[in-house]
Amino acid sequence: MKDLGFGLTMTVMGMGITFLTLCLLILIIRLLSKLFPYKKEEETSKESK
Amino acid sequence: MDVFISALESLGQGFTNLSWQAALMMLIGCVLLYLAIAKKIEPLLLVPIGFGIILGNLPLAGLSAHDEGGIINLLYQGGILTEIFPCLLFLGLGAMIDFGPMLGNPVVLIFGAAGQFGIFLVLLLALAFGLPRNEAVSIAVIGACDGPTAIYVTTKFARDLLPAVSIAAYSYMSLVPIIQPPIMRVMTTKKERATLMPTGEKKISKTVKILFPIVTGIVTILIAPMGAPLMGMLMLGNLLKESGVVSRLVDVSQNTLANLVTLFLGLCIGASMLGGDFLQVKTIIIFVLGALAISLDTVAGVLLGKLMRVITHGKINPLLGAAGTSAFPMSARVVQKEGQRANPRSFLLYHAIGANTGGQIGSVMAAAVMLAIMSNIA
Repeated sequence: MKDLGFGLTMTVMGMGITFLTLCLLILIIRLLSKLFPYKKEEETSKESK
Repeated sequence: MDVFISALESLGQGFTNLSWQAALMMLIGCVLLYLAIAKKIEPLLLVPIGFGIILGNLPLAGLSAHDEGGIINLLYQGGILTEIFPCLLFLGLGAMIDFGPMLGNPVVLIFGAAGQFGIFLVLLLALAFGLPRNEAVSIAVIGACDGPTAIYVTTKFARDLLPAVSIAAYSYMSLVPIIQPPIMRVMTTKKERATLMPTGEKKISKTVKILFPIVTGIVTILIAPMGAPLMGMLMLGNLLKESGVVSRLVDVSQNTLANLVTLFLGLCIGASMLGGDFLQVKTIIIFVLGALAISLDTVAGVLLGKLMRVITHGKINPLLGAAGTSAFPMSARVVQKEGQRANPRSFLLYHAIGANTGGQIGSVMAAAVMLAIMSNIA
C-alpha cells in the first residue's frame, strides 16, 4: 500500500511536471517567435554568402 | 614430461573454467553480432555489445566490466559508473537534433509529455508485482525509449539491472517500427489516420534557434535540477550547432565523440552481461515490462492525438501522438509511413519530427522528476 502511494505520487508528479514544463516551453517558443520573427533578409544574406 | 603436462594444464584452464552460463552468453553475443553484421540491425551498438559479451564471459581473461583493473573495467568505472558516457552521448545528440520543426509548430511539444505515460504506468505495475522501488523506477524508465536516459537513471539506483535495462532500452528503440504500427492502427480509424496537415516548412529566425537551447536549458534545469547533466549536455550540443560559429566542435560532437562513446558504452554494457547475473527470471520481467512501457507510451500518445484532433476540429493527425516518444527519429518515420499508408497525399514527417524532439525533452524531464523524488526518499 505504501509502495502504491509512492507510485501514484511519482505518476502524478512526473506526468504533471513534464506536462506543465512542456506547456511552459510552448509559451516561451511562441514568445520568442513573436519577439524575433523570421525576416526574409536572413535568407538573402545566407544566399549572398 | 612434468613441465609439458603442467603447461598443457595451464593452457587448458580457460576450457576447464568455462561454465554453461558463460558459454550461453557467448552464444548470445554471437547472435547479436550476426544480427548486426548480416541483418544490419543497429550495427553501431550491437557489434560492440555482442563482442563485449564474448570478451566479458571468457573465463580468466579479466575482460568483464567487473574485473578490477582490467581495461573494460576501467572504462566501465570511468564512463558508466560516473555517468559520463550517457551525458556525452546527449551532447552528440544535441548537436545532431534540429529543433526547427518543433519551433515551427510548438503545440506538438505536448505529445512529448504523453509519450512518457508508459513509464509511470509500468512503474505502478512493477510496484504491484512487488519489485523494490529503485528497481521499479529503473525498469520503468525503459519507457523513455532513450538508451542514455535509461542508463543514467539505472546507474544511480539499480546498477545490478544495468545490463538488462540498457539492452532492453536499445533493443526496443530499434524495434519501434515493429511495436508502434499495430497499436496505431488499432487505436485509430482510417479517416483519422488520413487527416492532412499543412506541409510547408515554417521558417524560424536564427535568433530563436540560438535562444531556444539557452532558455530551455535554464528553465528546465531550474524546474528539475536532477536532470541537469542530461538536459545541459543536450542543449549545449544544440547551441553549438545553432550558433554557427563552432563548426569544428559540432563536427566532433556529432561524429567522433558520439561514435567513440557509443563504442565504449556498447563494449562496457556487453562486458557487464555475465551469465550468472544476466540469465535470471528478472531479466525476462525487465524485457516484458519494457515492451509494455513503450506500447503504453504509444497508446497514451495516440489517445492525446485523438483528443487534440477533436479540440482543433480535425486539424491534427492523431498519429503524431506516437512520435511523442524519445526514439529519435524512428518514431517520426513510423508516423510518416503510417500516415502515407492511410492517405498517399499525407506528409506528416515535419510535424512528427517536432513531436519526436519534444519527446526527447519530455523523457529527460520525466527522468529528472523521478530522480528528484527518489533522491528525497533515499
